[in-house]
Amino acid sequence: MLPILLAILLLISLYVTIIPKSFYAKVFTKNPIIDSIIGAVLGSISTGNPATSYIIGGELLNAGIALFAVVAFVTSWVTVGIIQLPAECYFLGKRFAVARNILSFLFAIVISILVVLTLKIL
Amino acid sequence: MKQTAENVGVYGKKRKCAGLIFLLITLLLYFIIFLFNADVFFLSLRYFVRIFSKIFYIVIIVFVFIFLTNLFLKPKFIVRHLGKESGTKGWIIVIVSGIISMGSIYIWYPLLKELKEKGMKKGLIATFLYNRAVKIPILPLMVYYFGWLLTLLLALYMVIFSVFLGIIMDRIS
Repeated sequence: MLPILLAILLLISLYVTIIPKSFYAKVFTKNPIIDSIIGAVLGSISTGNPATSYIIGGELLNAGIALFAVVAFVTSWVTVGIIQLPAECYFLGKRFAVARNILSFLFAIVISILVVLTLKIL
Repeated sequence: MKQTAENVGVYGKKRKCAGLIFLLITLLLYFIIFLFNADVFFLSLRYFVRIFSKIFYIVIIVFVFIFLTNLFLKPKFIVRHLGKESGTKGWIIVIVSGIISMGSIYIWYPLLKELKEKGMKKGLIATFLYNRAVKIPILPLMVYYFGWLLTLLLALYMVIFSVFLGIIMDRIS
């Protein structure tokens, strides 16, 4: 267990060092639907403390990115783990890990739409 | 294939080897990065030391949990409370424990693996993992950036969808 944990932590450290926070604002198109998918993809491949996703999400909102995209980004950041996938496959099985992450990715988009629509109704 | 003690032993050794190979590949990657960009190497290493020192005590807690699980939680108990017949109680247990669980996700995998092997439903494992996304201590930060209504709605939808996820995972498993 320990070698896997150390390897994952090392990979995460590398990822966080290489990808700057400013990268996230550059890839959105300002189209709510496409941005929701981009948000979910970015959140899925990102990792780190959820607080970081709130800070980046808040900055994205300030930069004019659609709320759909930001909610999808924040949700997938905490529910989908592409970086952690090797560890999840190793401990819980490949089929389980892949299915769980695909479903969580789709749910991030659905939840973002539901949250924004509910906010509009309220 | 019949699962003998010998087979289990060989499987365990293979898994251990796979973990060591994965770590060696990662270290090799770091070595290559060091050759081409020492700054990235040292920054990554510094970040690694920081997160490792942060989660170290939680890793120990998880190891203690695993030890206690093996000692006291017998498969019969797990099957009754978190197995196929656990019902609503099982969902509530994993939702609450997912929300209050702390530390990085990967330190929980070994414990979940133990529970799975003792009979915990896969759907409940998926629901537990999903609810780890609802982090009460950092919700004030989310309220600061997005407002309390969005924060509340997101948390509520996540809990609801965690159950959907669990049900689907059980169906496809």
